[in-house]
Formats: sequence, C-alpha cells, structure tokens
Amino acid sequence: MKRHFYLIVIVLAAMSMVLWSCNKNIIDHTTQYPSLNPSNLDLNADAWKPVLLTGFSDLSVSPPDAVTSPAYQADLNEIKAYQTTLTADQKSAIQYWSAGAILRWNEILRDLVAKHNIPPYQNEDGTYPAPSSANPFAYPQFPFSNPPYAARSYAYVSAAQYDALIAAWHFKKQYNRLAPYKNDAGVQALVPKTNLPSYPSEEAVAAGTAIELLKLLFPTEIAYIEQKESEEKAAAIMSGANTRTDWDAGESLGKQVASKFTARARTDHAGTAGGNPTIWTQLVTQTAATGQTPWKSLELPSRPPMLPLFNKVKPFLFDSLTVIALRPGPPPSTSSDQFKKETQEVLYYSKNVTREHNALVAFWADGAATYTPAGHWDAIAADEFVKQNYSEVRWARNMALLNMALMDAAIVCWDAKYYYFNPRPSQVDVNIKTLTGLPNFPSYTSGHSNFSAAAAAVLTYLLPDRGTKFTDLAHDAAMSRLYGGIHYRSDVEVGLVTGAKVGQYAVQRGKSDGADSN
Amino acid sequence: MRSLFFKKIGCISVIFFAIACTTAFAQTESDGIMIPKHYLCIGAMYSQSNWNNYWEGTLKRDNQNIGTLNTYMYGPMLNYGITSRLNLLASAPYVNTHASGGTLASMHGFQDLTASLKWMPFDVRVGSGDLSFYAIGSAVIPLTNYVSDFLPMSIGLHCKSAMFRAMADYQTGNFFLTGSGLYNFRSNITIDRNSYYTTTLIYSNEVAMPNVSVFNFRMGYRTPKIIAEAVLENSTTLGGFDIRKNDMPFPSNKMNATTAGANFKYSLNSGLEFTAGGDYVVAGRNVGQSTILHAGVYYLFSVKRSHGTTADSQAQDEHKL
Repeated sequence: MKRHFYLIVIVLAAMSMVLWSCNKNIIDHTTQYPSLNPSNLDLNADAWKPVLLTGFSDLSVSPPDAVTSPAYQADLNEIKAYQTTLTADQKSAIQYWSAGAILRWNEILRDLVAKHNIPPYQNEDGTYPAPSSANPFAYPQFPFSNPPYAARSYAYVSAAQYDALIAAWHFKKQYNRLAPYKNDAGVQALVPKTNLPSYPSEEAVAAGTAIELLKLLFPTEIAYIEQKESEEKAAAIMSGANTRTDWDAGESLGKQVASKFTARARTDHAGTAGGNPTIWTQLVTQTAATGQTPWKSLELPSRPPMLPLFNKVKPFLFDSLTVIALRPGPPPSTSSDQFKKETQEVLYYSKNVTREHNALVAFWADGAATYTPAGHWDAIAADEFVKQNYSEVRWARNMALLNMALMDAAIVCWDAKYYYFNPRPSQVDVNIKTLTGLPNFPSYTSGHSNFSAAAAAVLTYLLPDRGTKFTDLAHDAAMSRLYGGIHYRSDVEVGLVTGAKVGQYAVQRGKSDGADSN
Repeated sequence: MRSLFFKKIGCISVIFFAIACTTAFAQTESDGIMIPKHYLCIGAMYSQSNWNNYWEGTLKRDNQNIGTLNTYMYGPMLNYGITSRLNLLASAPYVNTHASGGTLASMHGFQDLTASLKWMPFDVRVGSGDLSFYAIGSAVIPLTNYVSDFLPMSIGLHCKSAMFRAMADYQTGNFFLTGSGLYNFRSNITIDRNSYYTTTLIYSNEVAMPNVSVFNFRMGYRTPKIIAEAVLENSTTLGGFDIRKNDMPFPSNKMNATTAGANFKYSLNSGLEFTAGGDYVVAGRNVGQSTILHAGVYYLFSVKRSHGTTADSQAQDEHKL
C-alpha cells in the first residue's frame, strides 16, 4: 500500500485543490465602486445647453422650508433617528447608492434591458407574436429590448436626466439650502460632504426622471423600479445627504422634466418601427428588382426582420434628412467578385477559429439576455467615469452625449440595413457557421461597428488621456463580427466609418454645450 | 469472481447540454467491480448522444435552429489495480458537437481528465450473497481551454470538480444490485465575457457553478463472462437557474436529468472485453432529451509479467464466486 501512496496523494491533492477553490462568491466589480466625491461641483451647469428644455419657467419647485423652521427641524430629527439604529443592510445600501445616482440608474436600466432582451418564441402556426405596449404582461412581454430598442432607452433616460439635472442646478442655486449635515452638527455625513445645495436633491432628480421614463419603456417593471427608488430615497435620507423635502422636491422636478421626454418618445415613430407584412414583402421585392440578392431570415421558422422602420425614429443629434445624408454607399453587389471574395474571407474565419477569436466574439457578442452593444459601451464608460470624480450633472451630460450618439448610430445603421437589405454570409454560403447567434436583420452595415465607433468617438473626446483605448476597443468589437462569421469586411469597415461620423455630432454638441468651459 | 469483472458503463454526463463537470467519462467508478492487484485495463470507448427536444426550465420543446444536436465522445481510459481493494481509474475524452440545423458552429477538443480512486474497504457475506461497500473519490480537471459559454455547442462546462461517491453492491448467484450516491463539488468557471445575466446582471467573468448530486441504481445479471444490467440514474443540480422561454442556455443553469439505460459486457479469456449500451433521458430540466449509445473495447492484463504466476494466483485467491 505504501508504494502506492503517491498515487493516492496525487488524486487527493487534486480533489483538495478543487475543494479549496470552492468559494463560490463572485465579486461583481460594480459593487466595489467608491463613493462619488466630485472634484468640481460644476456650479455653472444651469447655463449648459439642454436637450429639450427651453428654460426653467414651466418647471415648479416650491421654495424650501427655512432651516430654522420647525418643519425643517423635524426633517433633521428624522435623519438623526435613523442614524442611531442603522442596520448593516441600510449601511450597505448607503454605500451602494453613494457611488452615484446617474451611474446606478444606468446600471438598473442595463439590467432591465438584459432581462427583456429575448426574442419571442413562435406561435403554433410558425408566425411570431409581437410584444404589445398596450398589453405588456401578455407573452411576449413588452418590450423585447433588442439593440435598437435598448439604445433608444438608454438615450431617453440619459438625456432626460441631463436636462433635469441642469434644472436642478438652477433651483439649487436659487434656493441655496445646504445639506442637512451642514445645517446641524448632530447629523452625520455618511457619504462624502459637499457644498452643493441639497434642495432639490440631485439623486432624487435622477431617480424621478428615470422612474417616469422606465414606466413607459419597461411597463412591467414599475414595481421593481419603485422599490429601487424607495431604497435610494431611504439611503439618501439616512446618509445625512438629504432631508425628506430635499428628496421629494427633486423627485418631482425629475418627473416634470421627464414628461417632456416621454411626450417626445410617444411620437418619435419607434412604436411603428416593427413594420407589417406588407412592408416586409416590399423590402424583398424592391431589393430583388435592383438585381441584388435580398436578405432572408435564416431563423426557423422564418422570423420577420428586426425593426425595419427604425430609420424613421426621430434622432437626438440631427434631423431625419441627415440620417439619409449619413447613409453609406452601397455594399459590393451580391453578384460581384468583390462580394465573392469577402464571402470567402468570412468562410475562412469560420473554418479557422482561434481561441483568441472565440474570446473576442464572446466578449462582444452582446446578444440575447445581455445589455446589448449600447449597454456594453455604457458599462465601459461607467468604469472610466467612476475614476473621474464627476459631479452628477457632468455624469449625466457625458452619459447623454454617449447614449444619444448610440441611439442615433442605431437609426443610421438601421437605415442602411433596410435600404440595402443585404444578405448575411451564411445565407449565400451555407458552409459559413457562426460562433455566435446570427442576428435576424440584414448585414450591411454592422451594428456593432456603428455603435462602437460612435461610442469611441464620444469617449475619446471626453477622456483624451486614454489615447486610442476606445478606438482600439471599437475595432475589436467590429472585427469580432467578421471572426464570428456573421459579417463581411465591408459591413465592419464601412460601419466603423459611419458610426464615427455619428459620434462626431455628439462631440460637436459636447464642445458647444458649455460644459467644457467650466 | 467479482474482481475479474470489468466493464464500461454509460457516461452520465453525456446528458446534454453537457453536464460535464459531473463525470465526463465515468467508466467503472459507479459499478461494484474491482480489478486485481497489478492488473491494468486499458481501453478505448466511443459514445454518441443526440437530442431533438430539450427543456427550457420545465417547458419541453424542439428547436429547428438546432435540429438534432449530436455529441460524439472518443477516448482512452484505464483502470489499474493498486491492490484488489484499491483501483485507480482515469479517462480523457475527445468531444465533438454538431447541430444539424441552424448556423451555430460545431466545437471539438479534449475535454476533461477524470481520475478516480475506488476503494472497497470491506465486504460481508449476507444470506446467500456477498455485500460489498465502496468509497470513490474523483478529480476532474479540464484538459484544454475550451469554450464553456457557447451552449449547447460547448464540449463541456470547464469546471474543476471533486466528486465523492458512496456505494453498496450485493451479489447473489448471478444476480446483482448496486446503489450509489455521488456529491460533486464544482469550482467556479471563467468565461470570455465580463458580464452575464442569470436572474440579475452580474459584472464579472467568473460564474458560480452550483454543486450536483447524483443517485445511481443498477441491477442485472453478472458472471465472469457476461454482464447485462439495467441502470437508472438521477442527476440534480443543487442551485442554478432555469433557461427562460426562448433564451440561450448558460453553464450555471439548473441542469437535471433522470436517465434509464442498459449495458452489456462480454469478456474473452484472452483479457479482451467488449461493452455496449444505451441510455435515454426520461425526464429533465434545462438539458436535452438525449439518446446515448456507447461501445468500448478493453484489454485486461497483468503488469507484473515476471511474477505472472504469483499475480494470477493472487487474482485467483481473490475470486469470490
């Protein structure tokens, strides 16, 4: 038996190694973000250029109670009472929300997008049901937050929060009531102290704005959203950052500004972007009439194309004529040698898979049950922004620039996709197998390339010290679609060019919105 | 005579979506058979599994975008008699997946090394038969950096695993009955993404893999030359989440399966052994309803040739029937 001791030791050692590594706790790096401690309060942000607001006169924020008033003293007493009995959960909620309201609501939205990003299952007869905003709880639940829907959602929430925070800065300066811990030494500051007036609360403005928009964009999630709001509100009060009236005034202001954005969203043509059977057929016949091979759904049963009329959605950064002006020239003709050559290249990558390509394809797949490419770029941006110690209003402005660029990139990209209605590589060569799910819409140009180049343009403008980091990432994202066997090189290269052009519109807006001169 | 019996049984993990991390190629670690001291059994086995239907949570469906999912496993295995009461087993399969429909690419590669120590501490005479007890410990280590996050095409789940099985076997005449329970501790895995959705969005490239329990029952006819047995097995993931309707599968899904099957083995005096069998998933959750067929060829011989007679007589001594 002793002679075989080493064998036993080896097997037991291997088993122990596994058991040792059996700690299953996952560290989600977003839980490790530090408390937001702005290096600049951006006190002039009330003069920044908003997206939809035309002034503050139609917004109402009542004058706050004087700090000497019994009502305000009662608000302070509420905070003191909470602070004597804080539980571990309450402390951890304070820590969580202290990373920033714009950040956390963006993460909540990413979570909702991922949850609702599942294509509907077919009916018995092989047709597909469409989600209905009028009956959002019926299967398939509304929405199916596919990439264009998601990009639009991020843009509306971000842009509305930006406008609402500009308004908040206006009223903060007007009323100039400081944070509870500044007015009463008996109130502890459990988050970094600030000289920014706390009435109306900027966290509440961000929450109120998000709530109103998410009611429209994710109507089945209202209970969840309200629960997040009450958690944040409790954290803001318990931390000593807000009185109840600071919060309530902020939430009300956020909702007022949001209503301007929900009104826009209801009439921006996104509701009809799915088209109808007549339009789906038209796309095929009009493309065939030009002598080109029309796109065909490779899903079984055949699924209608994703949001063929998304090009009609009203952009944030330019008008609808610019959408057409930004449309790239045609892809290689489906009967050309160039097209054959590019198809061969896709086949090559499909047959010659490296582990590195597998990793790139998976990293950037952003398919079903993910936050989509727009959410991925928001996550990349958030990881960078937390290092910058932005004020909430600058966080909102930068996320708005990024997400308006992403939404408008979706509009311009979808315009090209349905204008050219170009087939996917696997449609023209059945030997092309894919390393990720094949998206159910035309090939030219690549959505990932448009999204990524637009985002990279904005982020490079905002964070020039990062050098080529974002354009390198955009290039990876774009090329991953070729490696994955779902796009031709033209889709990728032209998509990167068009996306960068869209991104420049956001950059120009950023350069002239007043925030750079702060 | 038990000690000269040796056979290959169905791989419990060929239930797909790839319940690798259970036991990829669990050869004889779940049967009541030992080989004698200083005997080595080497062999090659092949299995193929296919399914058209699978369960998304409890919803059973087909999917024309997958068609039939085929999984082929080939590989060497060995069993060495350290003593007649302690055997070392190992296997390392090569796996190949293929979907008959849709566009998803096939995957292939060496999957996991599974090494087991099988110990029979004691056996007792009970009535007309022989009751023996076993403790089996196994370690599973992925052999390559294969992709686990591309189910159902992935060749495995890429977790390291430590498995403990307790087993009892009763044989009377040519009839036998074996029952065992296994607990599989699985390590977390690392995927190529930095965020993923389970029931919430998690920002990490690490995925917590729930542990797995397995119960296995087998009974049938067993002589030195022939074994014919029926096997029933239940594998339950202790945690994990359901695939939602029309969503993609994920490595940390709650993959459960109940499998029924039959195995046959025929041994020649020369030491050559042939096995064949099949299994079918009768009930499942977040797995494919696989039909599994497998076959193997093995050769059992003494590795102490200079002391051949001694080893042979020792083996003879250990014959119990």
